[in-house]
Amino acid sequence: MTTLTPPISDAQIRALKVGDPVEVTGTLFTGRDAVHKYLAKGGALPAGLDLRGGILYHCGPVVIKDEAGRWKVVAAGPTTSTREEPYQARIIEQFGLRGVIGKGGMGERTLAACQAHGCAYLHAVGGAAQVLAECITAVRNVYFLEEFGSPEAIWELEVERFPAVVTMDARGGSLHRDVFEASRAALAERL
Amino acid sequence: MTGLQASLLELIRRTSAEIPDDVQRTILVALEREKAGTIAASAMELIQRNIELARKKSQPICQDTGSVLFYVDCPVGFDQIAFAETAREAVRQATRKGYLRQNSVDALTGKNYGTNIGPGAPTFHFHAHPGADVHVRLMLKGGGCENVGAQYSLPDEALGADRDLAGCRKAILDAVLQAQGKGCGPGVLGVCIGGDRATGYEFSKQQLLRTLDDRNPVPELDALEQDILNTANDLGIGPMGFGGKTTLLGVKIGTANRVPASYFVSISYMCWAYRRLGVTLDAQGHLQDWLY
Ligand code: SF4
Repeated sequence: MTTLTPPISDAQIRALKVGDPVEVTGTLFTGRDAVHKYLAKGGALPAGLDLRGGILYHCGPVVIKDEAGRWKVVAAGPTTSTREEPYQARIIEQFGLRGVIGKGGMGERTLAACQAHGCAYLHAVGGAAQVLAECITAVRNVYFLEEFGSPEAIWELEVERFPAVVTMDARGGSLHRDVFEASRAALAERL
Repeated sequence: MTGLQASLLELIRRTSAEIPDDVQRTILVALEREKAGTIAASAMELIQRNIELARKKSQPICQDTGSVLFYVDCPVGFDQIAFAETAREAVRQATRKGYLRQNSVDALTGKNYGTNIGPGAPTFHFHAHPGADVHVRLMLKGGGCENVGAQYSLPDEALGADRDLAGCRKAILDAVLQAQGKGCGPGVLGVCIGGDRATGYEFSKQQLLRTLDDRNPVPELDALEQDILNTANDLGIGPMGFGGKTTLLGVKIGTANRVPASYFVSISYMCWAYRRLGVTLDAQGHLQDWLY
């Protein structure tokens, strides 16, 4: 089990390979459709926000305010990543991401960007909103809440032992490509 | 708050937080089947832990609390307008309480009003039935799995799928292949053979109201359901598409008459976070019993 604590170095991410279980302890930033489109079309990050070496989590959490007026994440599983395929490569390059957490995997362009810029795709268990929310120890900040609404905002989360599996590494490996090819061949035999 | 609103609020809370028994049993079987130490097995373990935690904390199983779909069987003369109004109020309240995420946005502007209320949200399917009581079934259908649904128009030359059961089989298995783990598998397929483009999808979703352990009364469809289930689980796609033995938890297939010119196979994919419960209500809207 590898523990990742952002900011992550190029060497540390390149040491990971497909199938490795990892745990993230430290800061995660959520970002999904609206954020990806905005950033890839040239939008700027809010002042003071730096994603370099960091991990972007494809997630639209359920967040409520507790009695004391503090944000509390009550559910926070990954959302489907392929929707960000048109934007992800550019964002990895431009903002210096070392990790992307999501579900379902991503395509060739993202895989190439992972290899070129030292980034890995970490697959969380889709739907496991409660187990993953338990790993969130604090909400540090929120950006774009007004503009994009709660699920689409960038939430800055402090996490502890957040579990994921490397399914696309920085060496060109992709579990998604392998499983697709193998299952396609298996299906062809059964038709 | 009226009795009806309280009942519907409780229905929403439980549907969001608790997996139905038939689904839970099937997930436990799948967990047993995956080989210990694989990433497929750890995914299933995490899924099971998540199910238990959600129930214990009375929190959403998944943060995508989905499209809110009500299926209501009601007596003739039932006031559907009043029911829908009360149900919308219950949805609004459930959203404030965090049973539902602020999950419904304007189709064009993307604006989220934070209430889950708007055109088509929630959705109601009313059916009149001869009895005096009211059955309300609720399905929370997540977006990730909805996106991997598919509709085929047979014959499909690329798949070599003709207008027969063998062709249907090819189309359905192609949908499984294309979905991989993207719909948060292991999933359940609701399938409709026939209908038009709209009713095909609608009926395919209604198949998901069946329990996982029921058997199709039509022998050909029953055989096809078992065949698709076994074949899909032989493909090695596995939980989350990580590879493994459980690609699907169930397959439910129904038919609807079609015009001779059309032959659609419509497939709705339901993720493992299969949120579907139901209640029986008396005339005042008080909760009598739980379905499922
Ligand atoms: S597909 Fe289902 S389990 Fe996965 S994120 Fe969507 S609602 Fe949740």
